[in-house]
Amino acid sequence: MKKISIKVNGEMYVREVADSRILLHFLREDLGLTAAKEGCGAGECGACTIFLNGRVVNSCLVLAAEADGSEIVTLENESKDGSLSDLQKFFQKHQAVQCGYCTAGMIMSVKELLLRNAKPSVEQIKDQIEGNFCRCTGYSQIIDAVLDASGQLDK
Amino acid sequence: MYENDKNLKFIGKDIPRKDTLAKITGEAMYTTDMVLPGMLHALVKVSPYASAKILSLDTSKAEALPGVRGVLTGAELDYKIGLYLVDKDVLAKKFVRHYGEGVAAVVADDLKIAQNAIDLIEVKYEPMKPVLNVKDALKKDAPVIHPDLGSYDYFEPCFTPKPGTNIANHTKTRKGDVEKAFANSDYIVEREYTNPAVQHVPMETHAAIVQWKVDNNIQIWSSAQSAFTVRNLMANSFKLPHSKIKVTIPNVGGGFGGKAGVGIEPLVACLSRKAGGRPVKFVASREEEFYMLPRRTGLVYNIKTGLSKEGKILGQKMSLYWDAGAYADYAVNVTRATGYSANGPYHIPDAWLDGYTIYTNLPYSTAYRGFGHVEFSWGLERHMDLCAQTMGIDPYEFRKLNMYKPGSTTITGEEITADSGNVRKCVETVKEAIGYGTLTAEEKQIEAKGKKIGKAMVTFKKAPAMPAFTGSTTTIRMNEDGTVNANLTLTEIGQGAYTAIAQIVAERLRIPYDDVNVTIYCDTEHDPYDWQTVASKGLFMSGNASIKAADDLLERVYKVASEVLRCDVIDLDHQDGKVFIKHHPKSFVTFAQVAVGYAYPNGNGVGGPILGVGSYIAQGLTNLEKTTGQGYPALDWTMGAHGVIVEADPESGEYTIKKIATAMDLGKVINLGCAKGQTFGAVVQGMGTGVCEGYIYDDQGKLMNPNFTDNKIPTSKDVPESLEFYPIETPQIDGPYGARGIGEPPMVSVASGIGNALKDALGVELLNLPIRSEDVWRAIADKENFNLKDYVTKK
Repeated sequence: MKKISIKVNGEMYVREVADSRILLHFLREDLGLTAAKEGCGAGECGACTIFLNGRVVNSCLVLAAEADGSEIVTLENESKDGSLSDLQKFFQKHQAVQCGYCTAGMIMSVKELLLRNAKPSVEQIKDQIEGNFCRCTGYSQIIDAVLDASGQLDK
Repeated sequence: MYENDKNLKFIGKDIPRKDTLAKITGEAMYTTDMVLPGMLHALVKVSPYASAKILSLDTSKAEALPGVRGVLTGAELDYKIGLYLVDKDVLAKKFVRHYGEGVAAVVADDLKIAQNAIDLIEVKYEPMKPVLNVKDALKKDAPVIHPDLGSYDYFEPCFTPKPGTNIANHTKTRKGDVEKAFANSDYIVEREYTNPAVQHVPMETHAAIVQWKVDNNIQIWSSAQSAFTVRNLMANSFKLPHSKIKVTIPNVGGGFGGKAGVGIEPLVACLSRKAGGRPVKFVASREEEFYMLPRRTGLVYNIKTGLSKEGKILGQKMSLYWDAGAYADYAVNVTRATGYSANGPYHIPDAWLDGYTIYTNLPYSTAYRGFGHVEFSWGLERHMDLCAQTMGIDPYEFRKLNMYKPGSTTITGEEITADSGNVRKCVETVKEAIGYGTLTAEEKQIEAKGKKIGKAMVTFKKAPAMPAFTGSTTTIRMNEDGTVNANLTLTEIGQGAYTAIAQIVAERLRIPYDDVNVTIYCDTEHDPYDWQTVASKGLFMSGNASIKAADDLLERVYKVASEVLRCDVIDLDHQDGKVFIKHHPKSFVTFAQVAVGYAYPNGNGVGGPILGVGSYIAQGLTNLEKTTGQGYPALDWTMGAHGVIVEADPESGEYTIKKIATAMDLGKVINLGCAKGQTFGAVVQGMGTGVCEGYIYDDQGKLMNPNFTDNKIPTSKDVPESLEFYPIETPQIDGPYGARGIGEPPMVSVASGIGNALKDALGVELLNLPIRSEDVWRAIADKENFNLKDYVTKK
């Protein structure tokens, strides 16, 4: 067991965790933050994508103990005071969500891209979300949402 | 239910989905997210052999482990599970029939304890020679995988098992006299095509929480697609009244057919009972999703086509060998459904079809988006190109000669009319979209640099595969403020069903879309009956039920209004939440005033809470006559075409898909964004089948690639430069606002479009899926061995 202090979505948590506790499971089961999902448990599908110290990671590949002292942001932090972020609004507008299981990871992944690159190209968007599997949408409307969110979609 | 209404306010518009808000905020709850008081966790011990006798199973050490609340083996579970053919045990008994089949299960306080217990279970097997492909399974001396086939319950009107063999079902279609047609043909073209099994890969694996409570009351929470079918099959297997079983389905992370029937629910129920009635959760790992839970059928398809000297198809003999794996599940119905459709949208005057559902020692098979049509379309559309090549005519011209038009008949004898959908218009549309027969300046440049551009058009058609008497219900309750709640049992698996239904209800009631609330969760206790969420029948069936429910609700509102306004119902109309007298529009009552009973100033009440009910049942469909397959199976035919452009390297075989343009006769688009989403999603899923997915086994039937490392699905990087969607709208007379089903059809024929485009680009003959670059490279090397005469008899 290890005692960890961790900041999640702006709130401090101090918890005892087993050395083998996976960060994703810690977030979902210990903190009840279930937006991030487990799609494979092997770092292949990206459904568990979260921000760890400003960078997106597959939280199924990180131990909670490793994240001691770090700052984490999940999809739960995206809407503020009951209103959607712009990125969420563009996901809604373009129907970039079908079953919704990849969505938490997808939005986190896209958010990181837009923080780094205000006007990403289609290729850059595809590169960024290559590790975020979506079995429903064919990615097309997700790419549209990102283009629109970055002011690059003619309408 | 088509009415030529030109003033539609919501139908056909790109309206945000009802389920999105909860999903983009993370609020949406899935079965995998759920935690219940006292909940225990389950794991399954699976077979390392494809075929073996279980000699002994020792669970004593597992049972002794602290924190273990129950261990189950097949020996104590005498329940058979099955949809159409009841052939599966909850856990294997005496024999295992595929790699990854469950032989024991543990329920424990947490997953770590459960895993330790699983490791302590000792199983001794006597491995047997597995049957690993359909051709071997049909050999005279093949081991019989289900010796008790003759004693299994099955749905007799539709299926024909062959006890003593590995044939779980034989479907026959006989139209006209195919031998005579062949005798009259100038050319006979025959070739065989194969598809491997693939996985559905819903992002949420199968998950269930079950609590077997006192007095056999069973509560199930599940990621299943079809709440009432889970209830029905559970009731049948456990011989319990339906009223004892409650199924609740929250948000579901994708289904694609893999969650259509019953999956892990019976096992989890038994584990709960074993653990004294505490709720038990099981979530399949990604690996278990590949080998313990069902996959798509594999197929070997032999097609023999008789052609006139003009290139008209005179007769066609189709032999489909479906690899069901160890249990029949939906595979028998895939065989039946393709028995009336495996000719695609081509007119075959004389047809003969044999479809065999074949047991093998491979993971078992079920429905998958397209329900067999993705598989047979691979062979069929490759074969149509071979026929064109035989005749020396362009593949497009060949299709034009043979495609359905009004007056054509399907292979079950159903007449295609002008209202059935216009596949010809779809083909013309995608032909233009890909610039068929020409090269753009950019494409010429690509060719100048040594690459090859290939273009192809392929067609598809799909009807729902469902019992002829399938029914759906919607109820609509009016709230105090005049808004409404619609309830139905179409599981929201990503397809947007509830959004379309809300649009239909808003349109009918002429109230704002936001005033229609739909309950996304399905619950057999609170929601009205629907057979299943499958087959691309939801919009059609529940759309019609919802129109009827809305009309029923309006009738009740009108009745109260006519009393209050002292007029005849016939003189009333409604708009914006008011019912008014047509010739005195200022005389009105609001929906809110009548919603839960109209009150006069003195307190007298009339009416009462308003509830609209709509039931719809498929009309005019018949079971198919078992010896000929003739009859009326199709609720509606969604027909369409893909145009595909590939860029390929003639040396290495590497290729990219530049464009896929899809045109479909949807009758009427209800929600443009949803229709696009269904189309692009299906096309990219179809690309997965085409370019990279497929089960690979070793020579003992062990699955070698049950993970995303070795069994990739398409990523964003695989998406073509251009995906295009062209809806065609020839109204379906009995479709809601003229609409047809859309969920599955656009996945059909994507793979064959890629295969035909590669043939156009490089002249390669591809007969097996998937088409990886190395397969194209091999096919390039194999080109010199191709001889048309091997496949064609000229008379």
